[in-house]
Amino acid sequence: MKFTFSTVLGLAVLLTLITSCEDTMVSAPNENELLDGPIEGLSTAEQIQFLSGDEAFGDVFTIEKGLGPVFVANQCASCHAGDGRGTPFVRFTRFGQPDINGNQFLDQGGPQLQHKAIPGYQPEKLPPGATFTDLIAPPVTGLGFLDAVSDADLIALSDPDDSNNDGISGRPHYNNIPDYVSLRPNSIVQGGKYISRFGKKGAAYDLLHQTSGAYNQDMGITSLFEPHDPYSGLEEDPEVSTQTVNDLVFYLKTLKAPLRRNENDPDVLAGEQIFTQLQCVSCHTATLTTGYSPIAVLSNKTFHPYTDLLLHDMGPALNDDYTEGFAETAEWKTPPLWGIGLSKDAQGGNYFLMHDGRALSLEAAIILHGGEAQQSKTNYTQLSNTEQQQLIVFLESL
Amino acid sequence: MKIFTFPNHKSWLFGLLLTIVIGAVSSAQEDIITKVEVDTSSSNLNMDAVYNRPFLALKNTPVALGGYLEANSIYSSEDGVSEGLSFQARRLTIFMSATISNRIKFLSEMEFEDGTKEIGIEFAALDVALHPALNFRGGIIMNPIGAFNQNHDGPKWEFVERPDVAVNLLPATWSNAGFGIYGKTHKNNWILGYEMYLTNGFDNNIINNEDNKTFLPAAKNNDERFEESNNGKALFTGKIAIKNRNLGEIGFSYMGGVYNKFEEDGLILDQKRRVDVFAIDLKTTLKKTGTYIVGEVVFIKVDVPETFTQQYGTKQFGAFVDVVQPILKRNILNWKNATLNLAARLDYVDWNIGTFNETNTDIGDQLWAITPAISFRPSSQTVFRLNYRYQLQKDILNNPAAKTTAWLFGFSTYF
Repeated sequence: MKFTFSTVLGLAVLLTLITSCEDTMVSAPNENELLDGPIEGLSTAEQIQFLSGDEAFGDVFTIEKGLGPVFVANQCASCHAGDGRGTPFVRFTRFGQPDINGNQFLDQGGPQLQHKAIPGYQPEKLPPGATFTDLIAPPVTGLGFLDAVSDADLIALSDPDDSNNDGISGRPHYNNIPDYVSLRPNSIVQGGKYISRFGKKGAAYDLLHQTSGAYNQDMGITSLFEPHDPYSGLEEDPEVSTQTVNDLVFYLKTLKAPLRRNENDPDVLAGEQIFTQLQCVSCHTATLTTGYSPIAVLSNKTFHPYTDLLLHDMGPALNDDYTEGFAETAEWKTPPLWGIGLSKDAQGGNYFLMHDGRALSLEAAIILHGGEAQQSKTNYTQLSNTEQQQLIVFLESL
Repeated sequence: MKIFTFPNHKSWLFGLLLTIVIGAVSSAQEDIITKVEVDTSSSNLNMDAVYNRPFLALKNTPVALGGYLEANSIYSSEDGVSEGLSFQARRLTIFMSATISNRIKFLSEMEFEDGTKEIGIEFAALDVALHPALNFRGGIIMNPIGAFNQNHDGPKWEFVERPDVAVNLLPATWSNAGFGIYGKTHKNNWILGYEMYLTNGFDNNIINNEDNKTFLPAAKNNDERFEESNNGKALFTGKIAIKNRNLGEIGFSYMGGVYNKFEEDGLILDQKRRVDVFAIDLKTTLKKTGTYIVGEVVFIKVDVPETFTQQYGTKQFGAFVDVVQPILKRNILNWKNATLNLAARLDYVDWNIGTFNETNTDIGDQLWAITPAISFRPSSQTVFRLNYRYQLQKDILNNPAAKTTAWLFGFSTYF
């Protein structure tokens, strides 16, 4: 057999490709560049349930599976791509509650506007006269840690009467709770209300409350927990099984906490100092500790979410004249800042920050702070450009 | 691929067909079998692909049998996470043809994908030749959109995977119950062919599916399309192909119609909504180098209700091009005219062209892939393929692309 040059070349290419097979595979991104993934140390059984929940999170609801008929999105991952923050593409609207006396528009489709509809149906329209706010979904990582913080710890962080005169007066959101939730160990009750902590206004008690509500109000999916269809208002057979809801709640509880990047960079360290000096930490509390949790990896852990899970008055610029539960219209729950540096990777390469995504940069988000954060915002504007940049670099490292 | 299912008789049917094929081949004596080779004359167009296959014909009978088998191994990794090594029995396809009488013939193509997971009749049609320029075809036909849909036999391609535009944008293999006409004419070096069919068509699944995107292949899940139209409106598919024996072939095709169920029992459910597909396919061989080039471009327009989610796009685009360079053609290990090829494929698919209403930023949902390949053909009917695929896929939000790499090794052979 006579080999030509091209034959030899072809065989050489073939051999090279085969022998370098492993090198041709895509390597995994660094763990701290991703929001998704489980907490380290889950048992095998817990990992199996985590995988089931992961599947439920990505499950696409079609018409046959119960989507709608009016809805906002057709899967959890639409609003939380990569377990991250939502975008204006899946912005949603809540309406009808102008004060703490309850929602006045529940009989007109409130509290959430389902502004999309399956073919043949008309989506909801905002009723005349209803106050409303636009919202984008928060990231879902590390929620199990937040869920496991004890009520007593949140009360210890609060200062509803601003007794230390620092201008910051966070308070826990005592709210009515649905009968299907299980109380946390050592729950603290006040006038028949319990401390809620999830959602932009902190109106959802726990992740089952939040998840069942999202299935129902975001996707039009009924469950054992939220059996009423948002279009007809009628009680319907569950369109998602209780097991699936439980798996999804477990998934949300056991998603890892976002990991820091470049935390030892000198600018990051300088920015962290500035963050403290500006009193940002008075609301964006750096460190919390969990209490007991039946999930061992969540029990009695120290973690760094940069939130106090309390309600704060954020001033007139962020007052949309809409509220939930017993929060005032200008009050918002302090959002965790962990993972904020990875937001762009879930938001199509852009920042959409604050409750409705109106801030297109970290700087813009800071400037929008008012109310209890007014002094911190003013102090920020008086920083040098270098110091401002160091603060931004620190936030991006979270 | 699920075209037509036999849920209760899969194993029975599979066994029967295998028995027929293997039995016929093994029991037949050489002197009663005629091997019908592929027609390699330059007068063939892409539309002739369904009949232009190797067959084994029993002498003195009007029946011919054929088919192909393809299998491969795959080792892939997405963003550093690998599912390990898998072996795939992709397809076993069996053709049966019969010349019923003068100018009347029949051909069927049955496919078993992934073992017996999906069984389908991809083609089963009666052809009546009235004139070279006018033939009637009816039954289960393959809609002539693009070129790959009709010319999809594994042994003809140097790549293990089918082109993305053909399987992830268009349905492959997309066939329906219907009727139509086709014909060819030629003058000197020029050949002109046409096809026109009315068939059953798409349904609401193309904008309501678990792929979470406008996805025409989702219509293949509707087994009932061989029994009745989803909405009582026919899908039109038409194609014109022009070939110059020295230059190559180009085809222009269109497929369109109302896809949604807009009425039931006299009650209006929705307005009529259309899907329109335009495709251009090209095939040529550079005489100087022997380089074979084939490609296809597809544009799709779908009427999606404005009140539905933008997750389901109204416009789609896709393309692929294969470049195949023979680098050795000679006798190897007693295989006459064995051929070694280097090849490369480029794939591009955009499932959702447009901008978000809320932000006016570009919608993502795109895929790019490049696949270098080496193929070895001991004969023209058998190909061994080694492919490496590098793929980038963006979600609808245009977040950083998921990177997938895969090694694929396999074979595809007519029998």
